[in-house]
Amino acid sequence: MKFKINNRFRAVLGCLLAVGLLFSTPSFAFQQDSLAQDTAVSATADTVDEGEADTAATGVVADTTAAEGEAATATTTTSSSSSSSSTVVDEGPQIDPQVYKNMTYYILLFLIVCTVVAVVGKVLAIYELTRKMNGKYNPFANNTFQSVLLVIFLVAFLGFVYYGYAVWGDWAWRSAVTEHGERIDTMFIITTVIITIVLVLVHILLLTFPYIYRMRKGTKAYYYPHNDTIEKIWTIVPAVVLTVLVLFGFFTWRSITNVPEDLQKSAIQVEVLGEQFQWQIRYPGADGVIGKRNYKMTTPMNSYGIDFNDKHAWDDIQASDIVIPVNKSVRFHIISKDIIHSFYIPDFRVQINAVPGMTNYFQFTPTMTTEDMREKMNDPKYDFVMLCNKICGSGHYNMQKKVVVVTEEEYKEWLSTQNKYFTEDLQKEFAAVDSGDSKEFTTASLN
Amino acid sequence: MSSTVISHGAAHHDAHDHHQETFLTKYIFSQDHKMIAKQFLITGIVMAVFAMLLSILFRIQLAWPDTDFPILEVFLGKWAEGGRMKPEFFLSLVTIHGTMMVFFVLTAGLSGTFSNLLIPYQLGARDMASPLMNMLSYWFFFTACVIMVASFFVESGPASAGWTIYPPLSSVPTSIPGSGLGMTLWLISMTLFIASQVLGGVNYISTVLNMRTKGMDLWKMPLTIWAFFLTAIVGLLSFPVLVSAVVLLFFDRSVGTSFYLSDLVVQGEILPNEGGSPILFQHLFWFLGHPEVYIVVMPALGLTSEIISTNSRKPIFGYHAMVYSLVGITVLSFIVWGHHMFVTGMNPFLGGVFMITTLIIAVPSAVKAFNYIATLWRGNIRFTPAMMFAIGMVSFFVSGGLTGLYLGNAALDINLHDTYFVVAHFHLVMGSASIFGMLAGVYHWYPKMFGRMMDTKLGYLHFWLTFIGAYLVFFPMHFMGIDGVPRRYYTFTAFPFMDKWISVNLLITWSAIVAGLAQVAFLWNFFASIWKGKKATQNPWNSNTLEWTTPVEHIHGNWPGEIPTVYRWPYDYSKPGHDTDFIPQTVPFSETMSSNLPHDFEGNEEAIRIQNEWNKENNREVIEG
Repeated sequence: MKFKINNRFRAVLGCLLAVGLLFSTPSFAFQQDSLAQDTAVSATADTVDEGEADTAATGVVADTTAAEGEAATATTTTSSSSSSSSTVVDEGPQIDPQVYKNMTYYILLFLIVCTVVAVVGKVLAIYELTRKMNGKYNPFANNTFQSVLLVIFLVAFLGFVYYGYAVWGDWAWRSAVTEHGERIDTMFIITTVIITIVLVLVHILLLTFPYIYRMRKGTKAYYYPHNDTIEKIWTIVPAVVLTVLVLFGFFTWRSITNVPEDLQKSAIQVEVLGEQFQWQIRYPGADGVIGKRNYKMTTPMNSYGIDFNDKHAWDDIQASDIVIPVNKSVRFHIISKDIIHSFYIPDFRVQINAVPGMTNYFQFTPTMTTEDMREKMNDPKYDFVMLCNKICGSGHYNMQKKVVVVTEEEYKEWLSTQNKYFTEDLQKEFAAVDSGDSKEFTTASLN
Repeated sequence: MSSTVISHGAAHHDAHDHHQETFLTKYIFSQDHKMIAKQFLITGIVMAVFAMLLSILFRIQLAWPDTDFPILEVFLGKWAEGGRMKPEFFLSLVTIHGTMMVFFVLTAGLSGTFSNLLIPYQLGARDMASPLMNMLSYWFFFTACVIMVASFFVESGPASAGWTIYPPLSSVPTSIPGSGLGMTLWLISMTLFIASQVLGGVNYISTVLNMRTKGMDLWKMPLTIWAFFLTAIVGLLSFPVLVSAVVLLFFDRSVGTSFYLSDLVVQGEILPNEGGSPILFQHLFWFLGHPEVYIVVMPALGLTSEIISTNSRKPIFGYHAMVYSLVGITVLSFIVWGHHMFVTGMNPFLGGVFMITTLIIAVPSAVKAFNYIATLWRGNIRFTPAMMFAIGMVSFFVSGGLTGLYLGNAALDINLHDTYFVVAHFHLVMGSASIFGMLAGVYHWYPKMFGRMMDTKLGYLHFWLTFIGAYLVFFPMHFMGIDGVPRRYYTFTAFPFMDKWISVNLLITWSAIVAGLAQVAFLWNFFASIWKGKKATQNPWNSNTLEWTTPVEHIHGNWPGEIPTVYRWPYDYSKPGHDTDFIPQTVPFSETMSSNLPHDFEGNEEAIRIQNEWNKENNREVIEG
């Protein structure tokens, strides 16, 4: 019964391969190059080795090897043909037939892999059967094999974790360049040390116990349903460690988010407005107060929606980048025009969402200028960047703003060169609205 | 009391023997818990494959952002014109992948399958408390799946606001095309899904509370049942909150209310909505959303407990601690949702409070992990494919759970929120861990479901490729997150600092493709074994629980005669003094005089007296007390 089904499966597979061969002939004829030939030959050699192990499947394997050659050719031609096919697509909705062909090759390639797996499986089954017939079969052989694999996995896993920390960790890690960020970093490192120890220890136990206590002939498990003392220990120890982390984290969090009122007022104020898919920056101007914004006053010219009835708004400054002085506390007011965005500066350890209908604040003090950072990174083009970190639509992946940290003199000089929001055109528009349509405006806002 | 239960059961059984079962009542509108379990499982697998293909698609985009794949145009049409995926469609893929995996695969596919299969079996019940509700539960779920898949055939595309569907992005169609009809379908699908979950949850809870067989008190239930029971409670209390969130969102979208909307100028158009708050939606969503991750992981933990104990031939270590930690997780899961909102503008003091509750929930989780390891210690471990997956599950649960200590910490979350670190964290701790728990369950209970065995070699192949693949996919993502790479980015080419991660993306995508193809080994194994697998014996794993006392052939009412009586807890493996290394729950203590321990009698003096007499006669140590 089983044999029959197997045969039918092979027959179907053989047919599929034959169809694949038929497809491939024309392209095979004129797209042959030396490189393709090389790979084809080596692939053929590989499969022949594996194929010879199973004499029962010789017929299929012969097909297999031939088709793999084809498929390997197809793989190499894909890259060359894709560029030409894209130009074809530009001209019209027609899709290059080669595309379908390539797809067929990939599917065939996968089927071949499946066949190889099936053949190897069969060989193993036959091997087991002969062992059983000779009376040498060890029913625990596989058990031992799997437990050994788990130990090998453990070694590979620990190596992988080490590689990750050493290489990717090095790529990822840049020390914070803000005052609060340094505290976050300390906590980050402490947490990392703790969890790495736990991760490694737990995995060593989890993956060596299976090897040590694998089922063998005559082994028996130790009936050990519970031990209250041990359980108490491993409840209390994590609880204590977590309490320490919680307290540390809680006070850090409070110190970041709970800024005393006098410090809030003495800081430089900057407003950042997120919209699809850009950021706008507003500095308060000479009076140090950011003017009011009323989204209902948004016009094509006044896209920010600044309410110029508030005189504080008259001297507000428009900036193309976020420029802030080093070692000065800056208080960001984060707002949104349309949907939720997120104001995120990884280097500063700063993030807060921009939510329509409310203002969020984040106050921090940068400790390093862009120039110093470039020197430190040894990268003359390095820039701090603020990016959107809350899904906001098709342009989400490219919603950024440069952040420049400068010395205080440079900051003042830069600020004096920036334009005001309340341009002459806007003044005219405002005057017209103010005199004529102000009534209409109030009724509109009631709706 | 007990006699009435049995006679009722027997009568019920006889009455139903005369039913003519048609194809329709047996396979389609079945009210039999075993058939419904299979329906849930197969639908779940189909959804998992679909959602996995979506993930492969967006992984291809991330690995080769500058390459055209003309074949994509064949399948995706205008969403991949010229062979390059559109950003909107990328977001749709991410959204639907998340929704399907979390809700359809890991919620319905996991607890739907195994609660239905195991609750009646392991408790000794003839069927669920309400078979009709059980059937409805499946069909609501199925309809939800169909609607969700159907949203791919809508012109404006499927929902694309992320699986968390935060308004206003999800409520203003001008902000993203997916928030048109696609989003409406998402909301309808989700409402049906929640109806399914509530019907299922009520059923599970009432079955566990009312239909246990004689002798099966709560402390004799297997940990699987405890996990399903507590999961059902969490689901029943939290899913309705998502209904309210979804219905209000539906009103905002279709009726013109302003529950979540205020002060919007979208694409230059001033919207009339005023007075709502997007934060409100986030609270409502995460009030479900966080318990949801425990809904996903607790059944996996339950299945893993059972499988590890059975295959270690050793009682689960600290049964009571395991139950109490599940109860602890259940209770705490309702008061931690705010940790998803540390930087959304929620009052920062509230953030601090949520941070404390969040880190407390790590304690019961840690206890569980340590107890698993203690169960392995000095066991007699048998590596069935199910056991391999169970060990993998513990590994993922630990690796993923540990990074929760960063994200649960509000101060550290500032820099990690919504980055790839989060993606890595939850894919390990709730994605991979739960999938592994589910797969372990499939391999372990397959003989019970289909009466045949799965092929073990393919099982090992499947395990190793998936286990290694999952680590290769998700582990590097931690570092991208630490560097500040946000999730849901269509391409990494817009920022110089992300350039270095493109090589890592290649590794991740190739690993994902290989791991994805490895699932073919599972699918082949699963579906082919239904007809061609080796015939299963009644108790292939030498397990103690009740489901293995039923005949291999499925019969209506599960047990041909009386429902068996339960005398002991389900973890009497390798008890010293007994001749086999397992004692099923149905074996009374009078038949195991040589292995009884003083603890077994729970203070029953008559039983202790009899045992002592026997002990004296047979030169065994006399029990004190």
